[in-house]
Amino acid sequence: MEPTEPTTTAAGFWSDTGRSGIASWIFSTDHKRIGLLYFYSVFGFFLVAVALGLLLRIELMAPGRTIMGPQAYNALFTVHGVVMVFLFIIPGFQGSFGNLVMPIQIGARDVAFPRLNLLSWWLYMAGAAIILTSLFTGGGPPDTGWTFYLPFSGRTGTNVSLAVFGVFVVGFSSIVTGVNFITTIHRLRAEGMTWGRLPLFVWSLYATAWVQILATPILGITLVLIIAERLLGTGLFEPGQGGDPLMYQHLFWIYSHPAVYIMILPAMGVISEIIPVFARKPIFGYRMIAFSSIAIAAAGSLVWGHHMFTSGMSDMAILVFSFLTFIVAIPSAIKVFNWISTLYRGSISLEAPMLFSLSFIFLFSIGGLTGLVQGAAATDIHVHDTQFVVGHFHYVIFGGSGFAFFAAMHYWLPKFYGRRYAEKPAIIAWALMFTGFNILYFSMIVLGLEGMPRRYYDYLPEFAPLNLVSTIGSWILATGLMILLVNLFMGLRSGARAGSNPWGGATLEWSIPTPPPTENFADEPVVTHGPYDFRGTGVP
Amino acid sequence: MGKDTHGNTTHIIGYGTLTAVWGVLLLLTALTVWAARHATGFGHVWGSLAIASVKGGLVIAFFMHMRYEGRLLRWLLFVALVTLALFIGLTFFDVLYR
Amino acid sequence: MSRPQHRDHAGAKLGMWLFLLTELFLFGGMFLLYGAYLVRYPREFAAAGREMQLWFGTVNTVILITSSLMAAMAVTAIQRGGRRLAVWLLGGAVICGAVFLINKYLEWSHEFSRGIYPGSSRLAAAPPGESVFYSLYYVTAGLHGLHVLIGSVLLAVVAVWAWRGTIHAGDFAWLENSALYWHLVDLVWIFIFPLYYLIL
Repeated sequence: MEPTEPTTTAAGFWSDTGRSGIASWIFSTDHKRIGLLYFYSVFGFFLVAVALGLLLRIELMAPGRTIMGPQAYNALFTVHGVVMVFLFIIPGFQGSFGNLVMPIQIGARDVAFPRLNLLSWWLYMAGAAIILTSLFTGGGPPDTGWTFYLPFSGRTGTNVSLAVFGVFVVGFSSIVTGVNFITTIHRLRAEGMTWGRLPLFVWSLYATAWVQILATPILGITLVLIIAERLLGTGLFEPGQGGDPLMYQHLFWIYSHPAVYIMILPAMGVISEIIPVFARKPIFGYRMIAFSSIAIAAAGSLVWGHHMFTSGMSDMAILVFSFLTFIVAIPSAIKVFNWISTLYRGSISLEAPMLFSLSFIFLFSIGGLTGLVQGAAATDIHVHDTQFVVGHFHYVIFGGSGFAFFAAMHYWLPKFYGRRYAEKPAIIAWALMFTGFNILYFSMIVLGLEGMPRRYYDYLPEFAPLNLVSTIGSWILATGLMILLVNLFMGLRSGARAGSNPWGGATLEWSIPTPPPTENFADEPVVTHGPYDFRGTGVP
Repeated sequence: MGKDTHGNTTHIIGYGTLTAVWGVLLLLTALTVWAARHATGFGHVWGSLAIASVKGGLVIAFFMHMRYEGRLLRWLLFVALVTLALFIGLTFFDVLYR
Repeated sequence: MSRPQHRDHAGAKLGMWLFLLTELFLFGGMFLLYGAYLVRYPREFAAAGREMQLWFGTVNTVILITSSLMAAMAVTAIQRGGRRLAVWLLGGAVICGAVFLINKYLEWSHEFSRGIYPGSSRLAAAPPGESVFYSLYYVTAGLHGLHVLIGSVLLAVVAVWAWRGTIHAGDFAWLENSALYWHLVDLVWIFIFPLYYLIL
């Protein structure tokens, strides 16, 4: 059934010998190589931040000092947050799977600006290096939390200025990718690839790129202002000099709330790709899912005030932002309902990508519903700044985006490595991760409702049992993650060969050889059917 | 490949038009300085912003060729300006009512 | 291999505009802060604005508008095949940019000598709103000055390319996009000028 591949192109883009050794990667403008570079980098940082998270959980296992002092704890949760947010999940999907898959899915040979694409990765690495440098120089790692709230971040002796500059550079990389992707999607679609035939992953990347372009500059100016505050003493957010700390929070969240959608939108796109393929059914409500990506991006940009309900913002603003926040639930729910409807009467095959996708729906729903508890100002005042919030956003970002990232790894990596992983260990890994995840973070949700604050080093004895449970959950999750890693590593190195279309997908990346050749398509493809039209893919 | 931008016909703007726009921009600058000197009260913040918007519009329309661009670029600009206005506007729900 | 098979002029322009929008938002954040603090400190802002040196602001406005004109004319010139004229016009625009920066330097040294800079004792003694006004001014104008510097370098490079013939009537995307950047720098100044110099 699989087309026989000519031996010369069997290694696809891997055998492209323009340069040799590492230079053939770090100076390559091939979107697939850049995608893999991004994948290695973001996933490396993910593992670092996971290790920090595990340390945090060990510290919180019992009240009082367990393995570190309070200052180390403050630094640790800050660095965990900064690395996870700015170095893993924000650039994660766009940089890795966006780069790997998107140009092929629209039938292009590469992105619109290949050299800018490489620059984007270099900027990302430069920013990451600066952030890492900040940990070991100056006053040591920042202890402000990843939000860098002023006035504290203006006064702390830790190395905030350098860390913030690193984040600025990473933000610039994010903008460059956003510009590149929007231009690519507008200009380089193959003949017949109309907006109505665009794969939903591409739609989600398109919406994400818009958020990157319109929100990231606000982060940029915010970070510049932190540095100005520290180095020049501008006092724009310093009450003693007439500044208003709340204005900092406005600026910060104008970016950082939409940033949540930079993290989750591409994840939703991945799920929209995987569900129809593994249910062997065209996606239900294509237009609504595509439209809801745009709607989430738009509505999500206008709700930042809900992070500030207890900050002393005006009651009028609390009312407005609370109302706007509920609007975001509508397009999110549209997506969930459409995924469920796609599953209905489908011929479902429960392989690893599908299992991760289904657990995405479950975990994201919990994350979304707990989000509504905080969107309503009245209940938010009770749970604000408690472990409830920590549980909530880990359900959304880790249970949502993270699990979608694992789904994407299992779904797409065989295409690019040309080899498959073993199915059984993948399922065991998934089961452990799913179980561990819920033990870890549901405990936090309960702890928060009981009143345990977040970011606190020590806690009352009555919180001890659930904290212990939570920490044990983190070990189960980590075990699953290890199995997943080893299994993928061994499989992609020496597993069975993956055919050109192992899952029976109908999007364009499955129509070309595995691994894809350097220029993707021998001739520019002409698209004649939709992305979820499974007739003629040769799979039952 | 000319999707979304309605072809690649590049419009050339004559030197005369550009110079005329420049003249108007200088006149508006003189006007806004004069108005700031003579008008009193805070109404003139809006007045000078209005003049600045007209100037900005001229720069975008002629110097930046927006008058001759296709629908896509106009939409981009429109979406961005509306978003910026919303960012500022929604913040004022806090600033004005605190 | 990395070379695209054809030059996508419209694509390059689209990308440039998207980038310009991000620049707009960068300054948009400063304008947001300006608005919020103007509402809080109307009198202090007016008092501080009266201290600003209108002469420098006005001259710089005229300079930037003129250099913008030259950049726009350079695009017209290259489209009509007048490469030499384009180089001259670009050179003029770069000189205007330099004069702008020199003016800025003179203006700021004067302000500094009067004790007006972030964290100065004079501002510490002044009402809080005035220090906010000047901090906003220095950050916004400083950021704008940086853009003038980048834009000038960009235009200078493009001028050299046009001189060498790398940029010509058939392929002038770099020139057009650099000019767009320069106009954006002008555009931002058009709003900085009334907000800081004309609020009496």
